[in-house]
Amino acid sequence: MDLLRSIGITEIVFQLMLVNAILGLSIYLTLYTGMFSLANAGFMAIGAYVGVVLTQNYDLPLWAALIGGMLAAGVVAVPIGLPVLRLRDIYLAIATIGFGEVVRILILNFDTLASSISGESVQLTRGALGITGIPKITETWQLLLFLVVTVYILVRLHRSRFGRAMAAVRQDEQAAATMGINVVYVKNAVFIFSAILAASAGVLKAHLTRTISPGDYGFDQVVNILAFAVLGGTSTWLGPIVGGFVLTALPEILREFKQYRGIVNGVILLMVIVYLPGGLVNINGWKRLWRRIRGQPSVTGKIQDAETG
Amino acid sequence: MNITQQIVNAIWLGGVYSLFALGYALVFSVLGVLNLAHSAVFMWGAFIGLVAVTQLNVSVWAAIPLAMVVSGIISIVLDVVAFAPLRRRNAPRISQLISSIGAAILLVNIAQLIFGTQPQRFPLGSIPSDPLEGLPVRITPIQIIILLVAVTLMAVLQYLVVRTRAGQAMRAVAFNQRVASLLGINSGNVFRMTFFLAGALAGAAGVLFGLAYNTITPFMGDSVALKGLTVIVLGGLGNIQGAVVGGFVVAALEVFSIAAGGSNYREAFVFTLLFLILLFRPQGLVGQAAQTRA
Repeated sequence: MDLLRSIGITEIVFQLMLVNAILGLSIYLTLYTGMFSLANAGFMAIGAYVGVVLTQNYDLPLWAALIGGMLAAGVVAVPIGLPVLRLRDIYLAIATIGFGEVVRILILNFDTLASSISGESVQLTRGALGITGIPKITETWQLLLFLVVTVYILVRLHRSRFGRAMAAVRQDEQAAATMGINVVYVKNAVFIFSAILAASAGVLKAHLTRTISPGDYGFDQVVNILAFAVLGGTSTWLGPIVGGFVLTALPEILREFKQYRGIVNGVILLMVIVYLPGGLVNINGWKRLWRRIRGQPSVTGKIQDAETG
Repeated sequence: MNITQQIVNAIWLGGVYSLFALGYALVFSVLGVLNLAHSAVFMWGAFIGLVAVTQLNVSVWAAIPLAMVVSGIISIVLDVVAFAPLRRRNAPRISQLISSIGAAILLVNIAQLIFGTQPQRFPLGSIPSDPLEGLPVRITPIQIIILLVAVTLMAVLQYLVVRTRAGQAMRAVAFNQRVASLLGINSGNVFRMTFFLAGALAGAAGVLFGLAYNTITPFMGDSVALKGLTVIVLGGLGNIQGAVVGGFVVAALEVFSIAAGGSNYREAFVFTLLFLILLFRPQGLVGQAAQTRA
C-alpha cells in the first residue's frame, strides 16, 4: 500500500478508481449490445440526487439510498428507452446526449420549478451550487464488494441465454430478430440495467466526494465514462474496469505535470482509438501494433489499403 | 416583450449558429461522421482572431479571413490525426466520433495552456458598438456585420458546393466514395478540402461569436457544440440548407424562451426539441425521405 501511496494513489483515489470502473461497466453494457447510448451521466445524476435526498432528508442508510437511486433510474429508463432505442448509431448518441442535458437542466431548476408549482419554497437540489456537506459514508470494502458482485452478475449474464442474445443483437440485429430474439426487449432490458448501474455509481460517488452539483453530470462526464470503456476496450468486462482504473490513476501519478493532464488524456484517447482499436485489454490489438512497429504490415492491411486507395 | 426586438436578436444569433452548424453538416454529408472537435476549432478561431487584433494589430476585417485560414488548417490537421487513420481502416463511425472527442479534449487543453482560462475580450473600439439611432429597435453595428458576414459566407459555400467542379467532386464523394474514386476523383483531397471549409466556417463563427459576446475562453465551444448538434439534426443531418434553417429555428427558440421569462430553461427547450425531432422526424424538418438513416 505504501508503494501505491508514494505514486499518488491514496485511498480516495482508489475509491474513485472503483467508482469509475462501475461507470465504465455501465456504458460497456449498452456498447456490448451494439447501442451507442450516452445517457449514463443523466442516470448517474438521477441516482446521485435521489440517493443524497434519501440519506440527507430522510436519514436512510446508504444501502437504502443505493436501492432508491437505482430504482429511480430504472423507472426513468423505461419511458426513455422505449422510444429512443428505435434509433441507431449516431442518432441514438445525439438523442441520449439530449436526454442527459435535459436531466441536468431540470435538476438545476428543480427548486424554482417545484416552488412555483407547489406554491411554497422548496429547497431540494439547491440549483447550480448543488448539495454540499454530504456525509462520507461510502467505504472501500463496499465499493469493492459492489464491483465484484457486478462483475459476477455480468459473467453469469454473458454465459446465459440473455447474454448470447445481447451479443447477437450487436452483431446483426436483423439476423438476431430472425432467430427469434426479441430485439426490443433485449435492448430495453440492457438499457435499464445500464441506467441502474450508472445510478448506483452516482449514489456511491456522491457519498464519497461529499458534494454534488448539476455541472458534475454534463457532457464532459459522459465523455469521461465513454473514455473509460473505449480505452479499456469493450470486448470483455475487464476492459472498462482497466480503463476506469488507468484514466483515474494516471492523472494522479502524473500530478507533477498537472497542467498537461488534459493533453495527456486527449492524446491517450486518440492513440488508443487509432492504434489499439480493441482497447488496452485486447491481445490481438497489441500483436497488430507490434507487427506495425516492426514494419510487417498484416495481410488484411494490404487488402484494405488497396481498396480505399 | 418587444416582438420586433426579439426577431432582430434571433436573426443575428441564428446567423452565427448557422455558420457554425454548416461546418458540422458539411463534414457529416461528405464523410458521414460527426466531428465533435468542430466546436474546438470554433474556439480556436475566436482566439486566433483575438490574437490577430491584439498582437498583430490588424483590423477585425483582416482578422476574420486570417482566423478562417488558420482554423481551416487546424481542421485539416484534425482530419489527418483523428480521422484519416480510422478511415483507412474502415473503422465504424462510432470510433471516428470517439477519436474526434479525443481531438477536442486535446485542442481545448492546448488552448488552455497557451491562452489561460481567464475570459479575454477584443479591445474596446475594435468594432463600433453604439446602437444605430433612429430605429424602433436596438441594433448594434456588430449585429449587422455578423449577419452580413454569415450570409455572405453561406452564399459562397452554396456557390462552391453547387456550381464549382470541386463542389461537384465533394457531392460525388458524399454520394458514394467508392464510385467517385473509380471515376478518378481523389477522395483524399476532397476530404481535406471539406475539413478546410468546415474549419474556416467554424473559425469565422468563432470570431463573430467572440465579437458579439466579447468573452473568449477555451470553453466557449461547449455551449455551441451541443446546440450545433441540435441545429443539424433539425435540418436533417448532413443537409447543408437544412443547417441554415435549423440555425435560425434554434436561435429563435432560444431568444423567445428567454423573452418569455424562461431563460433558465432555454437549453431544456432546445434539447427537448432535439429529442422530439429525432423521434418523429429523424430526417430533419426540411429533409427528404429517410434512406439508411436512423
